[in-house]
Amino acid sequence: MIEVRFHGRGGQGAVTAANILAEAAFLEGKYVQAFPFFGVERRGAPVTAFTRIDNKPIRIKTQIYEPDVVVVLDPSLLDAVDVTAGLKDEGIVIVNTEKSKEEVLEKLKKKPKKLAIVDATTIALEILGLPITNTAILGAVAKATGLVKIESIEEAIKDTFSGELGEKNARAAREAYEKTEVFEL
Amino acid sequence: MPIRKVMKANEAAAWAAKLAKPKVIAAFPITPSTLIPEKISEFVANGELDAEFIKVESEHSAISACVGAAAAGVRTFTATASQGLALMHEILFIAAGMRLPIVMAIGNRALSAPINIWNDWQDTISQRDTGWMQFYAENNQEALDLILIAYKVAEDERVLLPAMVGFDAFILTHTVEPVEIPDQEVVDEFLGEYEPKHAYIDPARPITQGSLAFPAHYMESRYTVWEAMERAKKVIDEAFAEFEKKFGRKYQKIEEYKTEDADIIFVTMGSLAGTLKEWIDKKREEGYKVGAAKITVYRPFPVEEIRELAKKAKVLAFLEKNITIGLYGAVFTDASAALINESEKPLMVDFIVGLGGRDVTFNQLDEALEIAEKALKEGKVENPINWIGLRWELVK
Repeated sequence: MIEVRFHGRGGQGAVTAANILAEAAFLEGKYVQAFPFFGVERRGAPVTAFTRIDNKPIRIKTQIYEPDVVVVLDPSLLDAVDVTAGLKDEGIVIVNTEKSKEEVLEKLKKKPKKLAIVDATTIALEILGLPITNTAILGAVAKATGLVKIESIEEAIKDTFSGELGEKNARAAREAYEKTEVFEL
Repeated sequence: MPIRKVMKANEAAAWAAKLAKPKVIAAFPITPSTLIPEKISEFVANGELDAEFIKVESEHSAISACVGAAAAGVRTFTATASQGLALMHEILFIAAGMRLPIVMAIGNRALSAPINIWNDWQDTISQRDTGWMQFYAENNQEALDLILIAYKVAEDERVLLPAMVGFDAFILTHTVEPVEIPDQEVVDEFLGEYEPKHAYIDPARPITQGSLAFPAHYMESRYTVWEAMERAKKVIDEAFAEFEKKFGRKYQKIEEYKTEDADIIFVTMGSLAGTLKEWIDKKREEGYKVGAAKITVYRPFPVEEIRELAKKAKVLAFLEKNITIGLYGAVFTDASAALINESEKPLMVDFIVGLGGRDVTFNQLDEALEIAEKALKEGKVENPINWIGLRWELVK
């Protein structure tokens, strides 16, 4: 079983990202589960969401404490939250940032096995006209983890957002997929 | 062909309601159940469900509207949680006393004060004496299936009692999982067209419903409600069997897991059963003789099944997300009553867990196991109630 933890801020769509990742894996025949940790929801507050992916039915219902993959939607969270808390030794961290690999690593309390960075905010602003990075970052997740194909991410996005909005968000994911830099550490 | 989709339990419940084709839905939004009436109102607005959606000003009115509609002779549905269910309290007795087969979905949530929107079972457990049947779902598929089964049992002539189906707040209501949506035709076959047996408006047959009963009749009325709930036990088994035949998914009042050679059997309800089974596998690998049992039907209480379960264990350990203030957890208390006249019975311990959404982790289950093991070794239980995962430093 693969466990993914998303860190975002209220309004950025971390919960939707977790759900879309689950649906993409479901489309590839996997068993999935995705859920939010509901705190006091308000725009801008740190938000956590989770996705589990497995080849057999998923029974466990606890939150995720030792993720295989951590996805950070908002670069400012690196200063506010210990995003690598409980990360497995073989863990992967994916960060939306305009900063360099070195600058990101400096802020992480635990060094991951693999780090992926992408400037999802710029991609989202260019394609969607809004700094909502949840769909773009999923392109980076597909690239860095190989958990799901980018095509499945695109399909799940189009299933979640209808019409032109779906097309644009799928394009943002594809663009991020192509621009993501992955570093083995 | 049934469709498989990824969805939240709230959506699964709305789909179940749509498949059951109620004619009247009355609901008032409340966290974490709001999405259920929201989704149903979409079905109605899109013409996918031919029903009257009544917007009301409170939960008291929501259930009252369902009582009125059911008494007029149609299938009804509503959904609520927590304070909303508490506000319905007096009408719940009326729905049962009038023998109206209303079905209601509950996103199981803690009660105030302090205000808390997260999961425990205090809301439905507190309604256990109202005459409503109670089903608890482990996952989103069960939420959908149990709503269909609830209609089947509630509307059976031998029962005619309302039913609530509970699924854990957020842990299920807001969690997406794969869910199979059954074919409408098969659901139609399973449930049949609703034909009111006793409560309906017909000018050719004027009747009074829910009127005054003097001491000469009230007690008989209460007896027949109790008796109907007793009869429901058999009807539920029949409905489970027919459901399995039609849809291929098996339900039991109590589902056992690795109980055959177990010394300690942990008993729980709802989504915690999933975590528990996963933990049991781990403990089995470590050499512990432990098993699990999931109570799917809490009212009527599965007395016979508890007795059978008790024969298999040296210790029965209850994990429950509720507390009867002044005694123990309700499930432990009910199971104790079921076993009281048995000549041989296991030791019994009660664990209060996960109140107000506290995550029930493997560490907490380990803590419970340690206490249950101690009882097993010493052959006695001094104090049956244990609060697990409590932050003792905050309550000293």
